[in-house]
Amino acid sequence: MSAGRRLALALVVLTGALALVAAISLFVGSAALAPGAVLRALAGRAGAESVESIVTLQIRLPRVAAAALAGGALAVAGVAFQGLTRNPLAEPAVLGVSSGAAFGVVVAQIFGLGLSVLEALGVASFAFAGALLAAAAVYLVAVVPGGLSIQTLLLAGVIVGIFFTSAITVLISIVDFNRLGGVVHWLLGNLAPIPAASLALFAALALLGFWLVLRHARELNLLALGEEAAVQLGVDAERLKRRIFVAAALLTGTVVAFTGPIGFVGLVVPHLLRGVLGQDNRLLVPTALVGGGIFLLAADTLARNLVSPAELSVGVITSFCGAPVFVYLLRTRYRVSL
Amino acid sequence: MNALVEFASVGFTYPQPERTREGGFTLTDVSFGIADGEVFGVIGPNSAGKTTLLRLLTRVVAAERGEIRLEGRPIARLAHAELARRVAVVPQDAPRPFPFSVEQLVLMGRYPHGPGRFFESDDDRVLARAAMAATGVLELAALPLEQLSGGERQRAMLARALAQEPRLLVLDEPTSHLDLRYQAETAALIRRVNAERGMTVLLVSHDLNLAAEVCDRLLLLSRGRVARVGPPAAVLERERLEAVFGCAVSVEVNPVSGRPVVQVAWPQEVRRAGRVG
Repeated sequence: MSAGRRLALALVVLTGALALVAAISLFVGSAALAPGAVLRALAGRAGAESVESIVTLQIRLPRVAAAALAGGALAVAGVAFQGLTRNPLAEPAVLGVSSGAAFGVVVAQIFGLGLSVLEALGVASFAFAGALLAAAAVYLVAVVPGGLSIQTLLLAGVIVGIFFTSAITVLISIVDFNRLGGVVHWLLGNLAPIPAASLALFAALALLGFWLVLRHARELNLLALGEEAAVQLGVDAERLKRRIFVAAALLTGTVVAFTGPIGFVGLVVPHLLRGVLGQDNRLLVPTALVGGGIFLLAADTLARNLVSPAELSVGVITSFCGAPVFVYLLRTRYRVSL
Repeated sequence: MNALVEFASVGFTYPQPERTREGGFTLTDVSFGIADGEVFGVIGPNSAGKTTLLRLLTRVVAAERGEIRLEGRPIARLAHAELARRVAVVPQDAPRPFPFSVEQLVLMGRYPHGPGRFFESDDDRVLARAAMAATGVLELAALPLEQLSGGERQRAMLARALAQEPRLLVLDEPTSHLDLRYQAETAALIRRVNAERGMTVLLVSHDLNLAAEVCDRLLLLSRGRVARVGPPAAVLERERLEAVFGCAVSVEVNPVSGRPVVQVAWPQEVRRAGRVG
């Protein structure tokens, strides 16, 4: 089967699965609505002020959309960082890039930026800047003549992550806590409902990052052979690396700005997809967008319902899934030769 | 002589020369030409600058002094893909954390012919299969590279370079991981590619005898300078090799091919220690 056919088939299957998970997510929750009530609300036949309408259309639906978007963007960012660093363990949270973005968001909140569209764009800009800063720091710490050593890269990511997390703690300590309301919950990853206009902005930024990675997916394959080999095959490797770097930081910053730093989605989803589809980034990038949505949506549905009526942070669920995958990859896919 | 490649007074030093002892890997005032259609060999001791020369030619690094021309045009003015349509490299074995299949690897050779395409065209797939058939890896097409033997991997890399349809095929130490049989096959393949496809070949090798056997002309590098360019018999002279490599050698003539054969004249203590019976 040609790569194009495999991609089409995979996208059909994954989109079906996403629709299914989204439907489940709409029908379950702490409000205990009957399925018929949810359907009435979705069809617009319930009163605008009715409970089922508010719960379904103003709480659950935006949350489903935010989860699908955030998961997709994080998984694509994972594929991008993995291709850029030639390291299957690279991922926004592991590399400390999410922490950099979170620092940017906290700074933006100190300036009083909130959730209106224009302000959300401001928050996203701060998050993007923070992500770029952290990614550049990791790169500068880890780079040695001849490339990036995998161990050094991971350690640099941990160190940069710790640094920015500490910086966030400092900010929270010195700033009036009320102005940073909910920041602690948000730092664990929080898919609280987002206003529709902000959600549209979220989608636009995430799709921009996705498109930037997608159009270089073929070149990312060549980069996997090593930078020198990529150049010899006609890739402008320096330009490619800059663009992927910016795109991955944009994806990470966007997600962190709207939902907080959710870890390990970019590790788990590409890993599972590689097991089925192989190494071709042209298949991985589009399927990661959908597959990441499925994963985070499922994780969030669990987070909402496992300890109902209380609620777990979705980041807790993704970390419980991600940590074992990380260890597995570390022990098998990448055995450190001593 | 119709030169495909010309090096004109090329000089290059790596940015951190303190990392390389005694200024190794640098090039000084290197001038030579590779004629269209010939098999040209670059030989020399370790750190003489062989790999640097190859990296300059493929624009992995840029020359500091002088100029490198391909088909009469300075390569600094060619786009990366333009250069890759004309020059293909078969690298030494390289680390690969992502296990692509042989066919995926060979298809990557088609990138410079359509860098704007998302998927390869049907023509690309036909050419890739032909290249795999030419190097005998067609039946391995679906296997991941990491499951291949050293010789098979080498032939997969060669297939990728052939799929690039270059005018100049560059081989970097093509036999360094191969046993005798695959060394012989590789030598035959180089000759065949040259004869059947009219591809010019640049061979960079430690193996003086392989180079002497398959190359029309040789370039001997010594500490980043050209020691001699010419036919193998003219370059591989005992006194010159002893001066460049710093050890005693003997040069004989292969009775079958008439090409020179270089051997280390083993020092006395090695011969005594190694005596059998």
